[in-house]
Order: sequence, then C-alpha cells, then structure tokens
Amino acid sequence: MKELTLETLIAVFQEMFGAGLFWALVAAALLITAGWIYVLFRDRSLGMRQFLIAQLFMPLGAVLAVWFVMAMTDSRLSDIGGPVDLIVVLGIAGLGAVGGAILVYTTERLFFRKATPPA
Amino acid sequence: MPGQFETSRRSFLGLLAAGGGAAALQVPQAQAQMRATHARIVIIGAGAAGTALANRLVRRLEGAQITIIDPRVEHHYQPGLSLVAAGLKPARYVVSQTSDWLPDGVSLRAERVVAVDPVAQSVTTDAGAQLDYDFLVVAPGLILDHDAIDGFSLDMVGQNGIGALYGGPQCAARTWDAAARFVEEGGRAVFTRPATEMKCAGAPLKHSFLIDDLLRRAGNRGAAELAYIVPQTSLFGVPIVSEKVRMLFDDRGVNSIFQRTLTSVDADRKIATFRDQDGGLHDEAYDYLHVIPPQRAPDFVVQSGLSWADRWTDQGWVACDPATLRHNSYPNIWALGDVAGVPKGKTAASVKWQVPVVEDHLIAAIDGREGTATYDGYTSCPLITRIGRAMLVEFDYHNNLVPSFPGMIAPLEELWISWLMKEVALKATYNAMLRGMA
Ligand SMILES: Cc1cc2nc3c(=O)[nH]c(=O)nc-3n(C[C@H](O)[C@H](O)[C@H](O)COP(=O)(O)OP(=O)(O)OC[C@H]3O[C@@H](n4cnc5c(N)ncnc54)[C@H](O)[C@@H]3O)c2cc1C
Repeated sequence: MKELTLETLIAVFQEMFGAGLFWALVAAALLITAGWIYVLFRDRSLGMRQFLIAQLFMPLGAVLAVWFVMAMTDSRLSDIGGPVDLIVVLGIAGLGAVGGAILVYTTERLFFRKATPPA
Repeated sequence: MPGQFETSRRSFLGLLAAGGGAAALQVPQAQAQMRATHARIVIIGAGAAGTALANRLVRRLEGAQITIIDPRVEHHYQPGLSLVAAGLKPARYVVSQTSDWLPDGVSLRAERVVAVDPVAQSVTTDAGAQLDYDFLVVAPGLILDHDAIDGFSLDMVGQNGIGALYGGPQCAARTWDAAARFVEEGGRAVFTRPATEMKCAGAPLKHSFLIDDLLRRAGNRGAAELAYIVPQTSLFGVPIVSEKVRMLFDDRGVNSIFQRTLTSVDADRKIATFRDQDGGLHDEAYDYLHVIPPQRAPDFVVQSGLSWADRWTDQGWVACDPATLRHNSYPNIWALGDVAGVPKGKTAASVKWQVPVVEDHLIAAIDGREGTATYDGYTSCPLITRIGRAMLVEFDYHNNLVPSFPGMIAPLEELWISWLMKEVALKATYNAMLRGMA
C-alpha cells in the first residue's frame, strides 16, 4: 500500500460497501453515538439497571460481529494463523461488544425510560 | 464508570476533529496543483493503468485534451479471476463497464490502436482515425497467446478437465466447472505457467493451493495427485518467497517439475506435452489441466518500434527506464502497467505505484522541468495458500521484501488478515485506485 491517509481509507471503505451503504452505516453509527451522548448529558448519570442489561448483551454483540465477518469472507475460526489475526478477531469482537452495549443502552434510555427509572 | 464514558467520548470527539483537520488540509493542496495547459495527451488502454492515470490527470490539468482509447466495453477486475475459478465468487464479481470509471473531461474512443508513429507523434486506430499527441501513455496491458499451445483453444475450457482462468470472467467460471468436477472425482491435476513474463506470477500458485484446499474440504485429497510443471527453475522469481512456497508445497504434497514448457494439449486422450531445455518432449497424463499461455506485448507496440531491441525480443515489452517508465528513445512517451519492459511489476498493485510516477513526469514535462518521482519495482500479490489464508508478498526490483505493515503483517506467514486483504480490501483498493483516489 502506497500511502494510508484518512482519505484513502474512506475511499476504500466506500468501495467496499458501496457509497450509499457506507455513508448509511456511518450515519447510523453517528446517530447511535449522538443518541448515547444525548442520554448521558440529559440524565447526568448512568442508568445502572439499563447499563447492566446492556452489558449482558456484550457477549452476544461480540459473537455476532465475529460471525458476520467470518461469513462475509468465506473464513473459519481455524484460519487464525498468527498473533495479528487474533488481534483482529478480538478487535472485531470488542467492537461488536461495545457497539451492541451502546445500542442496547441508548435504546433502553431513549424509549423505555419511564418504565425503568434510573437506579 | 462515568469516567470511562468520559474518556471514550473525548477520544471519539478527538477522532472527529482529526478527521476534519485532515480533510481540511488536503483540499486546498489538491486545488493548488491545477495547471492550465492545452497539451494533447493520448492514453492507449483503459484498463487498470490507463483509467487510474486519466482520473488523476483531469484533477491536475485544466484545459488539457485527454483522449483514452480502448475497444473493450467491459472493465475486468482481473485479481478476482482466481476467486471465480475456485467457485468463491460469480463471474460478474469481476465485470464492470469501462465507461463507469472514466471522469468527465476525458474522451473515450472505443477503438483499437493499430499503430503509433513516435516521430510524427500520432496514433492510428482500427477505425482509420489518426490522433496527434503531445504526450503518449502506452498502457494496453498484454496479449494472452493461447494459439501458441498446439491443440488448445479457449472454447475447450470447462470440458474434459481443462481450465484456463486467465482467459477472462467466463473462462474463469468455466474453469471452476472443470475444477469442481475434479474436486469431486479426484485423479491427477497438472498446473502450468508460461516461459514468458506473466502478469501476477502468484496466480498459478494460488490456483494450485486452492484446488488442494478444496480437495481436502471434500475429503478427497487422498484420491488426487497434484503436479506443478513449469519452465522456470524455481517456484517464484523472488528467492526467499520461492523457498517458502517450496516448503508449503512439500507440506501440501504438491510435486514440482521444473524446466518443462507446455507445448501442446491432446484433449481427447487427456495428455499434455511439455518440452524440456534440451528439446525433449514429455507426455503428462491429466484429469485436470490448468493452462496459462505465453504473454506478450500487443503487436502494434512491436511494429511501431517501441519495444526493447535486445531484451525480451520474443515478447516485445516497451523499452523504458525502469525508474521513470519513460521511453528510452522518445521522451514524450511513457509505458504503464503490464506492457512496460521492466523486470517486475506486472500486477495491479504495481500499477498503483507506477501511476503517480508517470503523472509526476508528465506534468513536469508540460511545465518544461524534470520530474522527481521514481518507481522501484514494487510488486505485490496476496498469495492465497488456502481458503481463509494468504501471504501478503510484496517485493521490489532487487528481490527485497518491502512489507507495507512491517512488524504487523509478516510477509511469509499464512495469515487470515492477508486473506482479508485479498478477499475484501483488494477490490475496494483497486476501485479506489481506478478513481485515482488511492
Ligand atoms: C488471474 C489474474 C490474477 C491477478 N491477480 C492479481 C493480484 O492478486 N494482485 C494484483 O495486484 N494484480 C493481479 N493481477 C494483475 C492485474 O490484473 C494486472 O497487472 C493489471 O490489470 C494491469 O493493468 P493494465 O492497465 O496494464 O492492463 P489491463 O488492466 O489488462 O488493461 C489493458 C487495457 O488495454 C486495452 N487494449 C489492449 N490492446 C489495445 C489496443 N491495441 N488499443 C487500445 N486498447 C487496447 C484492453 O482492452 C484493456 O482494457 C492478476 C491478473 C490475472 C490475469
């Protein structure tokens, strides 16, 4: 690879998913993050109950993310061939876990807040 | 807990700011490089190389008359052919339209170049058109000389155990028809490569590795014998890679036979005939045969006197400086891509490194100065060793390994991440390159 700038990376990801889906994914990620920041500021505290539930979804998010990538790329877990591969898998799992937790937490606080007041 | 959220929120905002900052820095720079000119630039070939260059030139030149000539309506993403021929992608995975990739401000002529007159500075097409140029970029790729193999033609591919994935999307799909039958039935597979220079010298190896893996997945490896029979004296042009592949072939049970060139095929008897260096002929029985034909520059290159006089005389690659790709006799002509007469560099990844060099020298020539960018032979090939693993082999003119991610992605390890590069990132990077973005 000749030069790895942010511009190149964006261009590559755009080609990977198609420009429409890529920007839709970016928008979704931004929206969820914005929602999450919004509820953090709005509530000025963490809803412990929702946070716990969100944490319970972390393993699910991790497994789903790894499964998705493996299925999309004709790969199996036995293809892990070195430390860097393990780091990539753990990274994907980590992203899936954190992303899943944020999604679940934000959804709970945004839409089910009245039913479950903060602890 | 809130502390943790604080940190990630801050780093998230930091990332956004960094992204915005980088974007803000890049835009004015690109604008500052615009040149006003009336130069007539002709590019022969709208493949990987011609298209990428055209997209970059329009962004740097104002008023230039840029013409790109290519009769082929379809654009082929050739690195995907290996995946098609292993049943991992459909033929359409590699097909798009040539015109899809070309920017406004470049005129495409769907004609074939039949002659270049480098003294009069003009190009003639099969439609009889004559185009005068100030600067010429020769990027017509190469010719697959299937006729050089007696008894073989592309319409045989897919039947009687014959594969030839270089022949294009349909041939690669039919190669998979033949290969899939072999994977089910077993027998003897013979993999070949030509004595000439070839694009992506890793492709014959990848195909062998993939067939081996598919046989194992089908539980049929015990019923098959794999032979890799080639004219060269080693498995790969770069010695350290060759040694690694030798070890992998030992591990997988692939037999190598060197210094044998495929000369003819008898499809009825399923016999492939090879010539050794003393002229002796050797018959090899096969149940699956993979053919890669000799490769040469298009005829017009040789006939127009653009080829090397003393090197590759049977192949006709353009005589150019290996560092600048500028023609040795005609300073307003450059070679780009597979057609260039340089020792390495017949991959799309090389094109990515060559294009900015030709761009730099061409624009410098318009300005009346000398360019400074140089190409050192960068060539890369994610060498698939099984479905799900590859080696990210990158090297230069000097047979040095030049890893893009040193200390992170080991070039001679079979890794999943290198497979991801080939299967996911390569096409995206290739497309970004076509658009002049990478
Ligand atoms: C099976 C296979 C696997 C590969 N794998 C990889 C890989 O993993 N990684 C990698 O980096 N590279 C790979 N490559 C190599 C890569 O595809 C080529 O190096 C790259 O396409 C070269 O670009 P080019 O523009 O020189 O030629 P091309 O992309 O072939 O384009 C040449 C264009 O010129 C046109 N043309 C020809 N003659 C004329 C004429 N007389 N007048 C006008 N136009 C003409 C043609 O129609 C064509 O459109 C692979 C190639 C093959 C075949």
